[in-house]
Amino acid sequence: MAATERLDKPIEQEASSKPPARRSTARYIVGRIVKALFTIYVVATAIFFLVRLLPGNPVDVYINQQIAQYGLSYQEAANQAAGLFAFDPTESKLQQYLDYLLGLLKGDLGTSLLSPGSSVSEQVAAYLPWTLFSVGIALIVSFLLGIGVGMMMAYRRGGLFDHAMTLFASVTHSVPNFLLAMMIIVFFGVQLEWLPIAEMRGAYSPGVTPAFSLTFIADAFYHAALPMFVYVLTSLGGWMLVMKSSTVETLGEDYVTVARARGLTDQRIQFQYVGRNAMLPLFTSFVLSLGFVVGGSILVEQVTQYQGIGFLLYEAVQRRDYPVLQGILLIVTISVVLANLVADLLYSRVDPRIRITSEEG
Amino acid sequence: MTQIVDAGSADLKAPPPPEGKDAGAFKTFVRAMMRSRTGFIGFLVFAGMVLLCLIGPLFMPDTLPTDTSKIYGPASLGHPFGFDSEGRDVFVQLINGGRAVILVGFLAAVISTVIAVVFGALAAYLGGRVDSIIVAATDIVLTVPSIILLAVLAAFYRVGSAWSLAVILGVLGWPGLLRAVRAQVFSLKQREYIEAARLLDLGTGRIVIREILPNMASFILMNFVIGMTNAIYAMAGLYLLGLAPMQGDNWGIMINFAWTRGAIFFQGSLGYILAPVLAICIVQLSLVTMARSFEEILNPRLRHN
Repeated sequence: MAATERLDKPIEQEASSKPPARRSTARYIVGRIVKALFTIYVVATAIFFLVRLLPGNPVDVYINQQIAQYGLSYQEAANQAAGLFAFDPTESKLQQYLDYLLGLLKGDLGTSLLSPGSSVSEQVAAYLPWTLFSVGIALIVSFLLGIGVGMMMAYRRGGLFDHAMTLFASVTHSVPNFLLAMMIIVFFGVQLEWLPIAEMRGAYSPGVTPAFSLTFIADAFYHAALPMFVYVLTSLGGWMLVMKSSTVETLGEDYVTVARARGLTDQRIQFQYVGRNAMLPLFTSFVLSLGFVVGGSILVEQVTQYQGIGFLLYEAVQRRDYPVLQGILLIVTISVVLANLVADLLYSRVDPRIRITSEEG
Repeated sequence: MTQIVDAGSADLKAPPPPEGKDAGAFKTFVRAMMRSRTGFIGFLVFAGMVLLCLIGPLFMPDTLPTDTSKIYGPASLGHPFGFDSEGRDVFVQLINGGRAVILVGFLAAVISTVIAVVFGALAAYLGGRVDSIIVAATDIVLTVPSIILLAVLAAFYRVGSAWSLAVILGVLGWPGLLRAVRAQVFSLKQREYIEAARLLDLGTGRIVIREILPNMASFILMNFVIGMTNAIYAMAGLYLLGLAPMQGDNWGIMINFAWTRGAIFFQGSLGYILAPVLAICIVQLSLVTMARSFEEILNPRLRHN
């Protein structure tokens, strides 16, 4: 969805470079943490609103279903719903809201509708790590690869390499990732039978026990290979193009000309002057792409049958397991917010300018 | 999909057109298409797909009977993509199924572009508290993984029609675009000709609508195209999960059926599964190519030669 966020970066730097309202690092960090907490709070509130208050909300739907199917009285049905969604129907909405927030603080997200006895937090905790593992590694790999190739493209712009890579990038990142996964399965799994797709399903093989051992790690990578390959291939093109244009921009800077005039070696200029500066705008994009790739993973995981959060979400959608859906949305958002926070703090180490510029978005 | 186009470097240093006005959306569009060969090809392909999807169905039978004798039937000259799991001709479905995809994508992009332009321009132009509130709201929506949000929303409140699908996609699709528009207006606002307009006391509304927005025509156009690719991506995803309205002919439904009914594991139905997948990919690719040629106009340094 979010495609255009990086558009504003250079402009904002330009606009905000005028009033350098100095802010200490500590203030910057605290500000970021407060912002992250606020985001989580807003999302949690919005979810409460969606699940409980809007007309046709899942709690009402569930209560009505129980009444229609099993002939329960309203009170009985409401009590059942209350148990599942972890709220007390006798209380006022405001009190319910406060209870809900308090429950969240304790990690209580209610109970799964269809797997009675297993809490939503437990279920999410079982599936989410696999998504974070596969998406995280794939993102880092494609980011690094993209930076390297993008820089080469900028240095050889107009050449055959640049043209070929631009074509490659345009094609790979306009193909929706889950459709790419589907095509890989159809061609290499079904038609050519090169990939043992049935064997590669799941997060790890049935006989292997999760442990910090070489066999287990190798096995985890074996099962994650297909989704990871898809993430890398579909996000790589984007990094290449952004890095290329950023490098082209940097090459035009005065300090590069000066470095050349000083007779520094091309290699030194390329890595220490151009590369390091050209990379900066990409960090923000990296942060913003996290949410997108994690979101897209629910589709890729469904296609490749990888047992990450997307797999759980699909099951929950098919069975209309509302508490699980609500929990997934909340926890995935929280993990994206936290990842953003970490990336933001790292970024402020990489580019100290960000700490001393005024708030501009 | 995300980083479709880097307009990170959208060229802001170039002076506005001499009159300070109206490059005109249409003229900019033509200019962008004429300058870049790939952009022009992208445009031709997209126009071809649109024509095929809008006019094609007129020549196709309205109702496709199911035929159990032809289930997963092989491709032949008369039926270039074979038959699906109900024995319906895939080619006919392919032609009939594009209209919904393109129209919903278009409508969703219109909705998110309007939201983004109105609020982005307001935020940048008014500044102060309005700006902070809009920016904070945008940042929050931007962090929520939108596909998951869409899936959960669609599961909670069943999406009944293609219209409501377009509205949901549009209403959730604006944050990235809003940031871009805001930044662009922010920089245009500081130009001299805007200062002049202010001195002339032309009024906020008039300055924004007559002086600022026309100068962003190609920028908005580019983001509109990107918005459309994003909407189509999300739409195809919702269909895959079975969360969009599953009636009528639609590429998304074809993919869903091929997937859930196991056709993709059947070697003989290669044409059946590839037809809708490639159709969506071609539309996306042509849109992305167009967006890139707009970007090259905005940022001449990216141009080859």
